[in-house]
Amino acid sequence: MSAALSVEALGKRFGDLVALEDVSFELAPGELLGVLGPNGAGKTTLLSAIAGVQPPSSGTVSLAPRQVGWAPQRAALYGKLTVAENLELFARLERVAEPRAAVEAMLEQTGLGARAGEQLARLSGGNRQRVNVAAGLLGDPPVLALDEPSASLDPAQRERLWTFVKELTATGRAVIFSTHNPAEAQRHADRLLVLDGGRLRFDGTSGELLARAGAGETDLEHALVWFLEHEGAGAA
Amino acid sequence: MRALLRKDLLILRRSRLLLAVLVLYPVVIALLIGFAISRAPSRPRVAIVDETAPGETIQVGSRRVQVGEYAHQLFSNVEPVAVGSRAQARRQVADGKVLAAVVIPSDIAARVSSGTSQGQIEVLYNGDALEQSLVRAQLRSALAEANLGFSRQIQDAAAEAIDALVRGGSLGTLGAPSNLIGLEQIPGELRRVIARTPAGHDREALERIARFADFAAANLGVSKRVLASVGQPIAIHTELVHGRRTPLDSFAVVVAVAISLMFLGVLLAAGGIALEREEHVLARLVRGLISRGALLVEKVGLAAACSFLVALAMLAGVGIFVSLDWGRFPQWLLALACGALAFAALGTAIGSLARDARAASIVAFLILLPLIFLALVPAGAVGHGFYDVISVISFVFPFKAALQALDAAVNGASPSLGGPIAHLIGLTALFAVLARAGLRRAL
Repeated sequence: MSAALSVEALGKRFGDLVALEDVSFELAPGELLGVLGPNGAGKTTLLSAIAGVQPPSSGTVSLAPRQVGWAPQRAALYGKLTVAENLELFARLERVAEPRAAVEAMLEQTGLGARAGEQLARLSGGNRQRVNVAAGLLGDPPVLALDEPSASLDPAQRERLWTFVKELTATGRAVIFSTHNPAEAQRHADRLLVLDGGRLRFDGTSGELLARAGAGETDLEHALVWFLEHEGAGAA
Repeated sequence: MRALLRKDLLILRRSRLLLAVLVLYPVVIALLIGFAISRAPSRPRVAIVDETAPGETIQVGSRRVQVGEYAHQLFSNVEPVAVGSRAQARRQVADGKVLAAVVIPSDIAARVSSGTSQGQIEVLYNGDALEQSLVRAQLRSALAEANLGFSRQIQDAAAEAIDALVRGGSLGTLGAPSNLIGLEQIPGELRRVIARTPAGHDREALERIARFADFAAANLGVSKRVLASVGQPIAIHTELVHGRRTPLDSFAVVVAVAISLMFLGVLLAAGGIALEREEHVLARLVRGLISRGALLVEKVGLAAACSFLVALAMLAGVGIFVSLDWGRFPQWLLALACGALAFAALGTAIGSLARDARAASIVAFLILLPLIFLALVPAGAVGHGFYDVISVISFVFPFKAALQALDAAVNGASPSLGGPIAHLIGLTALFAVLARAGLRRAL
């Protein structure tokens, strides 16, 4: 099966600061890929480069920015507009052929139909995040990039979000997400990338990361800390 | 871009309070400043103590000038409050009921009439530094005007006396003989006598007197003109070098409209761009949905269109009350459009640097308010170096250029419309470039 997304030797510099260096990986259709790493590791920069928000300094991304759906950490939507108006605006900017039909479909898919006429500023954080993700899906992209999608959500809202995301991957859409929460990554991601100091340090399953930390290790957070200490940017 | 424009209009429609403030605030500020500019300073309340006897006159030549008339001229520039005594006047000044008091002493008529000493009035004043400065300036100007009027009356009386000396008649002065012979009649009379006088010493003496009378009559006639030039040695002849004379009311209208145009254009554009950052939408928009350039064009266009319409409505509305030249309407449109574009471009530059709409508004206010006052500082009112600094600041922001463009468009004032319009177009381009650079940094 061909990859939904290929990233080759991706690099990003901000002046003298190397935010990403030589990052390469592939994402299969229907795969849910988690990106882990400490603060400043380059997780958001990686997702921004894939989504076309930050043009990379070097390397390539196989998809054009508009072929990647993007949902930033904080809902990138207009508080004064209703849910439907927000979605219709982005559908029109995405040049979707039938914007209203696409909005109807997205409202149904996200279960937000009953909230369609509500101003976004009045929605809960969880529902706002769902609209945020829905806005990223309007162009029907094969790949969705989610930057810390559950950061500001309570457990029930998180659960609803992941159910929704898994429904997307079940239909063949590939999803890459960044998170600070190893337990969340362990629970939902099919595969993990570990970034540290802008470099890709690990690409594998959570089981493989646990195994790196030693036989019998079951706590991914503990395994990640061990991994970063021994194989991360500071290990050398 | 149309979808984005529709979105901005929808957000504006739902932000009614903001919209009302955005329209009303500049209009109120503009009207206040316009009102302050177009109205002459109010007349300060001044207590008057007139110690002269009622109907007292000052003798000037053959004329008698009423002291009350002099006082009337003196106080045409102030709001006079009649007070009975010097002590009462001092109390009123001390209590702040009046800004100053003027005491006209009882001996003023005698002193002026004496011709050897000056008449003197006494001024008592109080208040803070600004009030003191105002009252001193007003009273000095009133005194100068009254003295000038008084000097004219003295000139008239002197001219009458000279006429009587040259042409003959009565001087009207107490004790002076009536039906005097005029200097210009003396040579004729003398020549008749000389014709009958035999040659000799007496005849020569008479001929000398006749020559003197000729000379004196001719030169006393000239002395009337000399008196006029001594009374007012320098007369003012005014000539406007460029453009038309602009009535203060019309200029105040232009200032008020320029202020509204600026506040509305800058605040709308700054708020519009800053809102995209505040809502974290900027990154989503510029990742291929819309270019930064198109985003700026949309924001500048919307802000410029709104400010243009409000300013045009304001200008047309004020035009009902103040006489404006409607024949220049196309020039109004051009000046308003170019000003609106430059202000909107400045707004996007400010908005692209601010993290949210509130910060953008504060920064905009901090920049805009001083611009108004700096643009209105007349050359010569401050030191040369400071005025150069003011000129540079006024040059790099669009307010002064917009003011000049509007003044040229509405009042036909100088400089002509072309220069300020070109200046505004240049500033629009400059601020658009800065805004684009700011947007690049914003992500």
